Amino acid sequence: MTPATGQPYVWTHKHLLGLDYLSAQDIRFLLNTARGLADVSTRSVKKVPALRGRVVVNLFFESSTRTRASFTLAAERLTADVLDFTVQGSSVSKGETLRDTARNIEAMGVDVIVCRHPLSGATHQLAQSVKCSVVNAGDGQHEHPTQGLLDLYTLAQRLGRMETFDFTGITVAIVGDVAHSRVARSNIHGLRKLGGKVILVGPATLLPRGFADMGCELSNNLDEVLPRVDAVNMLRVQFERLTSQAFPSVREYATFFGLTTQRLRQAKPGLVVMHPGPINRGIEMDSAVADGAQSAVLSQVTNGLAVRMATLFLVVGAQGAAPAQA
Amino acid sequence: MPTLTIKGGRVIDPANQIDQVTDLVLERGRVTKLGKVTKPTGAVIDASGCIVSPGLIDIHVHLREPGQEEKETVATGAAAAVNGGFTSICCMPNTKPALDDDSRVEFIYRQAERTNLANVYPVGAITKGREGKELAEIALMAASGAVGFTDDGVGVASASVMNKALTYIAMTGKVLMQHCEDPELGGGVMNAGSLATRLGLSGWPRVAEEAMIQRDILLNLSQNIGCRYHVQHLSSGGSVEMIRRARADLFGQAHVTAEASPHHLLLTEDSCATYDPNYKMNPPLRTRRDIEAILAGIKDGTITVLATDHAPHTQQEKELEFAAAPYGIIGLESALPLYIRALIDSGTIDWPAMLAMMTVNPARLCPLPGNKGTLSVGSDADVTIIDPKEEWTIDANDFKSKSRNCPFHGWKVTGRAAATIVGGDVKMVRDTGRAKSGAAAKGEKPRKTAKAK
Repeated sequence: MTPATGQPYVWTHKHLLGLDYLSAQDIRFLLNTARGLADVSTRSVKKVPALRGRVVVNLFFESSTRTRASFTLAAERLTADVLDFTVQGSSVSKGETLRDTARNIEAMGVDVIVCRHPLSGATHQLAQSVKCSVVNAGDGQHEHPTQGLLDLYTLAQRLGRMETFDFTGITVAIVGDVAHSRVARSNIHGLRKLGGKVILVGPATLLPRGFADMGCELSNNLDEVLPRVDAVNMLRVQFERLTSQAFPSVREYATFFGLTTQRLRQAKPGLVVMHPGPINRGIEMDSAVADGAQSAVLSQVTNGLAVRMATLFLVVGAQGAAPAQA
Repeated sequence: MPTLTIKGGRVIDPANQIDQVTDLVLERGRVTKLGKVTKPTGAVIDASGCIVSPGLIDIHVHLREPGQEEKETVATGAAAAVNGGFTSICCMPNTKPALDDDSRVEFIYRQAERTNLANVYPVGAITKGREGKELAEIALMAASGAVGFTDDGVGVASASVMNKALTYIAMTGKVLMQHCEDPELGGGVMNAGSLATRLGLSGWPRVAEEAMIQRDILLNLSQNIGCRYHVQHLSSGGSVEMIRRARADLFGQAHVTAEASPHHLLLTEDSCATYDPNYKMNPPLRTRRDIEAILAGIKDGTITVLATDHAPHTQQEKELEFAAAPYGIIGLESALPLYIRALIDSGTIDWPAMLAMMTVNPARLCPLPGNKGTLSVGSDADVTIIDPKEEWTIDANDFKSKSRNCPFHGWKVTGRAAATIVGGDVKMVRDTGRAKSGAAAKGEKPRKTAKAK
């Protein structure tokens, strides 16, 4: 995968804002780095000094337990110092702009800002206002790149593609509220770049046609799609993001788009079942499916750590590199 | 007021189909002569190489006063106007409080008089507080000089309120200017479509604009109300076709008009990809196809007015997240070269056609009081001298406006207002070498802006 010039590959991204902005080579390099760091978590002393003396700030404008914990642990395993900064409510309501908040935090001398924000594009604006690295931990309905990466990693693990991280011939269905999902967008970019095929499944009101332009197949029929796919990513129904009624009832949604034990029988035997969590049991999938052998849900959480360690390690390493890229 | 002779310019007066190199004499606030002057008395402005146009008119600006003076005031907005070559501007009523009664209309006239730069004409609200529920005191405002009515910033959502508004405003003979956006379909932060989906931003689809235009045309024409109905800041190609058809109908031409804005001719939704709130507008930037349709509408006379939708916002507000930042950009000081680029350089229309859309057409639309938008002998001495060849770089930091929210900052452009003359007074002359002996006379009494009746 080395460019024709013979130059060795160098990671140059000071920020991780989304998988839309990475090349296939970048993504593979990051996943390989994660693979190298994964065994740190299995040692008795779960720490390496890669980021000793560095400061990572979790700047969260939206509540999160899992993602924040995962980033904190990832930073600590690299021996970085971690500062948690939660902004209650939007910056608008406080009369302070995102830029002001970020510059104030940066003035404390930090190396990486890990930011989650309820509005799309906020981390882009952040990256333009600060000198340190910015890692997007979810921005509105735009991207959640580390979730996308951990999904790719988990998929490669389950499908035996860890050597290449190449998904040629693999089809993944992403099911549910695709319209409002940052997880879906990061997954789409990642899977497509690594050679995979993506089918988006959901009610028409949650499946804007714009996704077809991103190279996806669109379907409203899970039963028809299931036998054709190697993995399903069941999106969380985000009731808090559904600004207007996008489907008539939860009952109706679960009937057509829930992954039930019975429905699972139509799928390929080795189907990998993923979910970004937390699961609405009985809506997106039955408990028996969530806890079953095909479920990769807990592996996703484990792999999240390695992927986030790799992310922090690489963005800090790129800080000295020439022109900052998105 | 001294005599002012503008010498040797290419005088373009679209109202009278004049386009010739000659001299123009202004005396006592009026145009007194168009033709060669061998021995000018009083002050002289050398307009050689320049275009001499009736003063430019912008019927769509936001001056933010009263209530949001940190963004703009009548004084700074008028200063921006004359700096950009505009002699008359019409300010929108979405102030705090809204311009929805006669006292507030009079307040704008008073502030404009104190400022004594450009003519400033208030446009009154259609409904009280711009809430879309009850009619505002439309006839009282009309009597106090409101030149038109709009709830701009929002459209009148209720069909029954709109029906009443059309009927009532028709009685005053004024123009109803509609911000065409169905609030339930619109309201997104950028054009609806693939890019919005990719960026995770909420979409504001064309249909939100088109549905309201179509409804209003049906209300107005089918019920034969006959109110003069003007579509503000048109953004969708589909809207152009609807207006074209309505204007082809009986009485249509007189009753249905539309305006374009520079950003909807030069920028597309692609600019939103960096999440820079200076590309967040209402209505949103759309696509190349929409631009082409709007250009076609300008070329064939479907769209007859060029405006700016000058919408000042503070730097702090425009540093917010894309979804949280307010809509709009400033336009008074960049519109002229941008229209030159979009319309003349592209070969869409020529100078006389473009100037008609910035002078006589907007003057007649309202209509503005006095005799504006033309250089006929006896008309108001509002003149804009344009250097069509000046190459310059737009620098928002040099603007007279209080705000800096301009996505064209840094653009290299051609053509600029060289001087702005309002009521015979030189309010702006960029190259003082062109002005001789007391052109910028001091100590004149502030001229009263004539109120609309």
